Amino acid sequence: MNPRMTRDELLRRGAAGTALLAFPSLLAACGGGGGGGGEDELKDVLNFANWPLYIDVDEKTKTHPTLEEFTKQTGITVNYFEEINANAEYFAKVQGPLSQGQGIDRDIFVFTDNSRFPGLLVNEGWVEKLNKDLIPNMVNLVDAQASPPFDPNRDYSLPWQSGMTGIAWNEDLTGPVTSIEQLLEDPKLKGKMTMLTEMADSVGLVMLQAGDDPTAVTDETFNKAIATVQAAVDSGQIRRFTGNDYAQPLTNGDLAAALAWSGDIVQLLSSNPKLKWAIPEAGGMIWTDNMLIPQEGSAATASTYMNSVYDPAVAAQIAAYVNYVTPVKGAKEELAKTDPETASNPLIFPDDETLAQVSQFDSAALDNDEYITLWQGVLGQ
Amino acid sequence: MGSFFHRHRGLTPYLLLAPGLAWLAIFFLIPLGFLGYQSLQSGVFPNFEFTWEFANFTDALSTYREHLLRSFLYAAIATVACLVLAYPLVYWIAFKAGPWRNLFLLFIVAPFFVTYLIRTLAWLNILADEGPVVGFLRGIHVLDEDGRLLATTFAVVSGITYNFFPFMALPLYVSLEQIDPRLLEAAKDLYASSTQAFLRVTLPLSAPGIVAGTLLTFIPAAGDFINAALLGTPKQAMIGNVIQAKFLESLDYPTAASLSFILMATILVALLVYARIVGTEKLTG
Repeated sequence: MNPRMTRDELLRRGAAGTALLAFPSLLAACGGGGGGGGEDELKDVLNFANWPLYIDVDEKTKTHPTLEEFTKQTGITVNYFEEINANAEYFAKVQGPLSQGQGIDRDIFVFTDNSRFPGLLVNEGWVEKLNKDLIPNMVNLVDAQASPPFDPNRDYSLPWQSGMTGIAWNEDLTGPVTSIEQLLEDPKLKGKMTMLTEMADSVGLVMLQAGDDPTAVTDETFNKAIATVQAAVDSGQIRRFTGNDYAQPLTNGDLAAALAWSGDIVQLLSSNPKLKWAIPEAGGMIWTDNMLIPQEGSAATASTYMNSVYDPAVAAQIAAYVNYVTPVKGAKEELAKTDPETASNPLIFPDDETLAQVSQFDSAALDNDEYITLWQGVLGQ
Repeated sequence: MGSFFHRHRGLTPYLLLAPGLAWLAIFFLIPLGFLGYQSLQSGVFPNFEFTWEFANFTDALSTYREHLLRSFLYAAIATVACLVLAYPLVYWIAFKAGPWRNLFLLFIVAPFFVTYLIRTLAWLNILADEGPVVGFLRGIHVLDEDGRLLATTFAVVSGITYNFFPFMALPLYVSLEQIDPRLLEAAKDLYASSTQAFLRVTLPLSAPGIVAGTLLTFIPAAGDFINAALLGTPKQAMIGNVIQAKFLESLDYPTAASLSFILMATILVALLVYARIVGTEKLTG
């Protein structure tokens, strides 16, 4: 039986979810849907928590074609929850039950590797191992993603999408902004530019500008970068720090330039041709969102789903819609058959030359409490 | 049942109180106790241990004194601004609006039909650099060509003032509306000028409303973080922003908990001083 999700059920689940968060101990009593039970057997429901606007959508029916296709092929219904808006905030919600040894009624959730959370989840044992026997398509994982520091053998995680961090600018208000130095010093950008609240993005880019290596952070290079950003805050050059809320002010002219994520800009470009985005001359940053299986989630069901998104045809369909970088080999070739224009977009399928210009932030530095406190200080908190 | 209550008549008030007390215990006292427990822990997430770590309080206070002072300053300015804006408006509604009273009250409450977050986001558009307000102020040279309102102290305090305005206006309205107009007529009969009648009759009689409105505005405003987060810069960060960042970003629960306690205690002390000055009977109306 695959009961469709009704509004009532949605409300009930919502209410149950709230109760779960408040009283972790109640959780054992209500093992709903695909959650509950650590034993590895295939369930007929998959509960998937992801970020908003991060999967293909059929604009007419408001359904997700790749998920429907998955259900048709496997008989597994997917409850898709667009409930992750920020790594830290979502982690704060789920850490209560997870730290009590309980599940969260989800089989897959997605965290970014430029935050401390994927490493924390793996180290604390709050995630289940993948069932690799069920993921033969894992051979399609791009080589660059095969061995991240937080999960060297990919025992617990698989990438969902990656993105690059660079500089976006509004052509109406400024000429090209091609370096972090220009961003932080050009008097024409004073009070008209923003940086990102993510430490890895902002500090990483400033380090690259200084000729330092963001993949191997030292106290000296970190402090130097912090001092540079703090000076730009004090002088009023940096207007504020943002999440992806830079999009609106950048298009309406409050901002002339901003640190911005590649996929967002591809999406914005279609309606705002005056927006430009570039990897800074000294290099950009790259990050990856990773699918993980929360404790008590069904590893078999989650692994079955992961196998389906590592089919190049499915990966191509998702990448074409979300405009981020797919971690699946062969997706570009698949997409070239139906949508050659998207397939040739270097922001979605970066070539080797582009990939050579981007770095991934040091994962040890991400979990350094001293660094985090210093960075929060720059943010004023 | 009837005979039960008859036999245990003394129990009735306690039984009636029970649901309220249970509510307070479960949703206020227990979390508060837990917060207190957490504020005295030490260690690194998720391995905190209870060690009577009073240093959390002194460290938090010395590191974030500036944020606390800023929060109280912003809350105080916003409270005064609310009072100055609300009093004449509500006075007019209570005494002059006649049959339209309820409609005007509805206008005051109407923004509350929209979520707090959305209301604050709307200010991003209203105060936008290329928006009408900034355009007008530049036109009349109040702001220079590069001047802006967003991401300034003005924007944050304005946002707080706007968001908590009804908390000031409604208690004020209730106290003004209850004033018997015959008292004012009597004052006039005794040769009081309008100003004297206002100062010696209306103002004292509306004092409970002023006190209630001030408290309802000041207390949540001091702990607010949405306005500073959306309309401000790092230079306007309030204590609420620090607590949020400590809980969510730094995963430093003990410091976050001790800051919450410090905020609560400071407000409580301020409240007691205020009650002492204006007299407790005004607090209860």
